[in-house]
Amino acid sequence: MSSKIQIKGIRDGLLITLGDGTWEEQHQELITQLRSQAGFLQGARLAIDVGGSILKAADLGQLTRELSEAGFTLFALISESPTTERSAQSFGLATRLPKPGAARTVAGSTEPDGEPALLVSRTLRSGYNLQYQGHVVVIGDVNPGAQVIARGDVIVWGKLRGMVHAGAEGDEGAIVCALDLSPTQLRIASAIAVTPKRRGKPQPEMARLVKGQVVAEVWDPKRERL
Amino acid sequence: MTGKAITVTSGKGGVGKTTVTANLGAALANFGHKVVCIDADIGLRNLDVVLGLENRIVYDLVDIVEGRCRLRQAMIRDKRLPELFLIPAAQTRDKSAISPSDMVTLADDLRAEFDYILFDSPAGIERGFRNAVAPADMVLVVTNPEVSAVRDADRIIGLVEAEEKGPARLVINRIKPEMVRRGDMLGVDDILELLAVQLVGLVPDDENVLLSTNRGLPVVLDGKSKAGLAFRNIARRVMGEEVPFMHFDETGGFLNRITRLIRPGGN
Ligand SMILES: Nc1ncnc2c1ncn2[C@@H]1O[C@H](COP(=O)(O)OP(=O)(O)O)[C@@H](O)[C@H]1O
Ligand SMILES: [Mg+2]
Repeated sequence: MSSKIQIKGIRDGLLITLGDGTWEEQHQELITQLRSQAGFLQGARLAIDVGGSILKAADLGQLTRELSEAGFTLFALISESPTTERSAQSFGLATRLPKPGAARTVAGSTEPDGEPALLVSRTLRSGYNLQYQGHVVVIGDVNPGAQVIARGDVIVWGKLRGMVHAGAEGDEGAIVCALDLSPTQLRIASAIAVTPKRRGKPQPEMARLVKGQVVAEVWDPKRERL
Repeated sequence: MTGKAITVTSGKGGVGKTTVTANLGAALANFGHKVVCIDADIGLRNLDVVLGLENRIVYDLVDIVEGRCRLRQAMIRDKRLPELFLIPAAQTRDKSAISPSDMVTLADDLRAEFDYILFDSPAGIERGFRNAVAPADMVLVVTNPEVSAVRDADRIIGLVEAEEKGPARLVINRIKPEMVRRGDMLGVDDILELLAVQLVGLVPDDENVLLSTNRGLPVVLDGKSKAGLAFRNIARRVMGEEVPFMHFDETGGFLNRITRLIRPGGN
């Protein structure tokens, strides 16, 4: 098999584009290439484009291990397969390269009365217990049996069906927002509420305390928040 | 050629792991693959009973791991399906007799000879789960269409992801179309919406399963039973074929029809 691997320099390191084939073939060829050019490539930061191949978390685990043993750092894995992208994301790898020129770096930060928050980009499954000394943003679902306890607000970009406690240390101004707000139990500060049966389609809702009672309202972007 | 290791697990007990393992093994062997089923439910062995091989046990999994016998000596060949083998669990020991790395080594020793290496696991999330999942290339999570089983399945799917063995695939076992229709049982769509993993099997509740277990003959070898067909379909999906899912229709019967039940796995 002739080498179909292409290697080119990019801003952040080297981009290695693998030829067609199964991951097993690509992997074989990649290792052979890196070995044969070890002196020349040593210590490089690598972005690898695997085309349509499907890499499981285990494949990727093996690859990152092999690469780091050989002194390389893998920083990005580019693929057309959503499975591979997900595996890459679970390893904290980039799955896109910044377009040359279009990339911009964020210079310092401007904080217009903002507060830092914890961003969690995954579904929290049953048995998962997330506790945080601040605000929490979940991009994914919070399933029944999972629990989120935050000192500040809790925002769920997904279905909230587990247990959530916002303002857990007593902040009565804390809120809970979700695209589908159906928690097993919802607490704000020391107030506790359960979700009544929903009528109709779920809509984004926001829950907060009004006179010590938990009240949920359909999200209305025009209305001023208290 | 290297064999594929598949672990069958669940959070809740009694949902049908052993039944799925035995029937998937028998179906794959019936399709001409060389298969070994390993009972990793140590202390509570019963895969041998379901496969009807109980009376031929001499050595077991713990004997292999502790070096009291060679791998070959502990493998029991199924006389009806010459491509199907069983490594039974120890009856008298507990899960701590075996470590996850023992299981990985065992699977690796078997990969050269077998196309599929199936592990049946104990219920729960403890050591026994980690033992059974450690060697897996693919994990099948079995659930029943009831709230508590699905809740536990969700937990297990999360743990499978945490062990980097995900995304898990789902088998929903013991579906009673009557009950789903009356709203007394969770529907397939509800379960998939919650669990967000890829479905590989829908198995109806079928008394033939019990009858065949009592006879020690996997139901999949019964050409006419609905559950048998469902298990054959699981085997074909595991082999990489696209097979439409059984559709449980209003009258409680079932038809083969394409439905949009496959969802992308993962988070
Ligand atoms: N599809 C099914 N229809 C009817 N009975 C079933 C079905 N699947 C499993 N069973 C029965 O449920 C019981 C538990 O199954 P088993 O496979 O031993 O579960 P597990 O290994 O998860 O504990 C057994 O009696 C079995 O015969
Ligand atoms: Mg069992």
